[in-house]
Amino acid sequence: MIQHVNVKVFAESPEGFDHNAALAVFQRWIRESVCEELLIDVVDYHHVPAGPGTVLVGHEANYSLDNGGNRLGLLYNRKAPIEAGEEENFAQALRAALGACRRLEEEPEFEGRLRFGPAREIEITINDRGLAPNTDDAFVALKPAIESALGAVYGAVEFSLERLGDARERLRIGVHAGK
Amino acid sequence: MKASNGLWRERLLGAMPAELAQEIDVFENELAMRKRGKLDEALVAETRLRRGVYGQRYDNGQRHDGRATRQLAYPEDKPTKGPQTLWDAPGMQRIKIPFGGLTARQLETLAELAEEYSDGIAHVTTRQDVQLHFVHIEDTPSIMRRLAAVGITTREACGNTVRNVTACPVAGVCRTQIFDVTPYAHALAYFLLGHPDAQAFGRKFKISFSGCCEEACGLAHMHDFGAIAVERDLDGKRKRGFELWVGGGLGAVPQPARLFTEFLPEEELLPVAQAIARVFARLGEKKNRNTARMKFLVAKLGIDEFRRLVAEERARLPFDKRWTEYLEHVERAGEPRLKPPSLLQINGAASGEFTRWAATNVYPQRQRGYSTVTVTLPLGDITADQLRALAEVARRFIKDTIRTTVEQNMVLRWVSDGDLPQVHAALQAAGLATPGAGTILDVAACPGTDTCKLGIASSRGLAAELRTRLATRAFELDEAVESLRIKISGCFNSCGQHHVADLGFYGVSRKKGDYAVPHFQVVLGGQWRENAASYGLAVGAVPSKRVPEVVDRITGRYVNERARGESFQAFIARIGKAECRRTLEDLMEVPPHDADPSFYSDWGDPREFTIGDLATGECAGVVVPAVEFQLAACEREVFEAQLKLEKAGIEAAAAQAHESMLHGAAALLRHKGVAFGGSPDEIVRTFRAELVETRLFWDPFRGGALSNYFFKAHENAGAVHTEEAAHQLIEEAQLFIEACHACYVGMAAVGVG
Repeated sequence: MIQHVNVKVFAESPEGFDHNAALAVFQRWIRESVCEELLIDVVDYHHVPAGPGTVLVGHEANYSLDNGGNRLGLLYNRKAPIEAGEEENFAQALRAALGACRRLEEEPEFEGRLRFGPAREIEITINDRGLAPNTDDAFVALKPAIESALGAVYGAVEFSLERLGDARERLRIGVHAGK
Repeated sequence: MKASNGLWRERLLGAMPAELAQEIDVFENELAMRKRGKLDEALVAETRLRRGVYGQRYDNGQRHDGRATRQLAYPEDKPTKGPQTLWDAPGMQRIKIPFGGLTARQLETLAELAEEYSDGIAHVTTRQDVQLHFVHIEDTPSIMRRLAAVGITTREACGNTVRNVTACPVAGVCRTQIFDVTPYAHALAYFLLGHPDAQAFGRKFKISFSGCCEEACGLAHMHDFGAIAVERDLDGKRKRGFELWVGGGLGAVPQPARLFTEFLPEEELLPVAQAIARVFARLGEKKNRNTARMKFLVAKLGIDEFRRLVAEERARLPFDKRWTEYLEHVERAGEPRLKPPSLLQINGAASGEFTRWAATNVYPQRQRGYSTVTVTLPLGDITADQLRALAEVARRFIKDTIRTTVEQNMVLRWVSDGDLPQVHAALQAAGLATPGAGTILDVAACPGTDTCKLGIASSRGLAAELRTRLATRAFELDEAVESLRIKISGCFNSCGQHHVADLGFYGVSRKKGDYAVPHFQVVLGGQWRENAASYGLAVGAVPSKRVPEVVDRITGRYVNERARGESFQAFIARIGKAECRRTLEDLMEVPPHDADPSFYSDWGDPREFTIGDLATGECAGVVVPAVEFQLAACEREVFEAQLKLEKAGIEAAAAQAHESMLHGAAALLRHKGVAFGGSPDEIVRTFRAELVETRLFWDPFRGGALSNYFFKAHENAGAVHTEEAAHQLIEEAQLFIEACHACYVGMAAVGVG
């Protein structure tokens, strides 16, 4: 069964993003235990170009304001397996990522400048090559579960899905609202 | 932990060298035993450290959140993985890269591991290792298998072992080298890996190789064993050898190495290293980790006595063909080059970016038409995507001649000069073409409070801040300042090598009123060149937030007041420690908390500063006596015999049980200090004479019955067993190993061993 689902929700307005604000927010999230997961520490990689940005390390999952591909976004990285079924594993990661986006948008440190917007562009990654290589076959096999999970989370919004990257990379799926 | 962990063993079977595959199976079984409560926590700590699986900050389950220390609520149904080290707490996997040598395929594997098991970053250390942080212990066997499949082992990356053997990253292509030290570093690294004579140290043992005396090269003077290439004319022939330095080290008490010999012939390199390992294992301190490094032994004995003991040990060593067989290939051990040499030709004006990059990051090799390119990694960090991009650059331009450096960068060797603009463009596309390699911009730092249990202040936070500030002024920096080096450690243990930097800093804490304030001790005038020839002067501690001003002020004085041609070291020595301190005195002041609270948190960490997160370091290993470690291995072998009985068959299980008893007997004999041959018959004979007939191995209730299990198993070795007989043999082996433990305790009581 597919595990370790990663969801990245791209920021709409990355201009003016301040990594120091992200450090302060994530430290407070630990102090106030705002997530379901056990939160452990914050790591700052803002010095790395197109890197993981600011990472809130948790036991079951990491949250990060990720700058991979030089695109800022909220990345939810599920680490602990969940025995809930494939569709639910996707849905859980989507819900956790979107919940974190909502919370970040409201954090005063960002002064309203960090927005993920209603028309969200999302990227889903299976962070385990052992379970899912980046192949067309693996993508086709997982597509129905992802579509069901998107339906469960977003309701009757139409999405188009495409496989991204090459075989050396993890299985990565771009999700766009609309056909 | 990953859902795919069960898959990699089968998938990679045949891709891993058999010995490494078995070694990883052993480790996985030890973890399984610990989860079943069958292995002591100190032993599981020692066994994981010996495989590079290290603890990380907060793994005792406590963390200060800026206001109070709170418990991290990990699941409670797990054992510990070491004293005060919680099973589920993330840890670090150190990956040994001998002499820093990497291939394109290995870079890709590191990329996969960084993103799947870590936080997307591979970190190059100041000893040419690669580290992955925030790793779950149950993922480590999969990591090791995937590394083994591309020829990398993590064995002995931590603990009281021979650590990664380092070497000059331009060895073989260097313009000032005497000869290429790479094949010697390779031979010694793999000769000592797992060697029985290098398993009972009281502390770690560090080896480095340099190709010349003048450059920083392998930093020979700060190593336990620093070998510098030299040649001599002997009997009309040019002979290769090494100037050997021993007993150097940084740490809290830095010691320059002492000259062991001016010329160690190449054929004596491995046996003398083995003899030194034996002397260190036999006479080095075991109980007090603070004085257990070899530098203390050399200082205590004096170099002459140390030399005499090594010579004595060398004379006793049984011949080993591995000492010299690699030498047949040394002269031919050149690297494959992908492209023919060529000239750099630029049509029109070169871009400013290329020119700036080429000035600091391109090193013309001794082989005309080729250059070595330094890929500057900020704080030693590289992303998975960048690792893949670098692998692509390597395949396109150089093949597999990549190395990590002790300055936390990577180098691409054998770039044909005509390709340099394309290499620059390809690196630039991957965010890997930052200029300033080997300059003041190229700040090195250990992990510090980011992940290290011993870190006091944020070395990486400070390094990032200095890099940013200096980069914005790169164009206006005086040439004399540009060539200086900054190195930062999070504490006095010197992992950031601050003692040998022009401007070194190490983390300390100071009290101001009711508050702790992060500070850095300033160490000035250390010498990087000439193999780390001299250590800097500690001048005083300044608040962390004022270190950038320290850099500006000291470098400013140097620019304005230096004599013509005066080096930074000479300048610092001339003005003296007292004057250096006077220069910085006002910067040592801390404003009250009310006036400026920013002084009370560290760079990159907005929490109010505390040293309450400090925990016991694992750098020294757990110092488990070798006999305990060996007996624990016997228990694991019995455990494996049980597994074999279920899966692999009766005879394999019986053989494994017999072997575990032989190993238990041998461990006790070694502990008693008895010399014996390696064959099973000799072990049995010596065990009977030295332990049974002397009644050291004697049960007060069952007398010699338990030793008889061993003798019977040995007599029946190779015979056909029924399943029931094999099962009984395993039970008896378990009882015998338990009796070995009791014997070890009894020996201690009567002062034997």
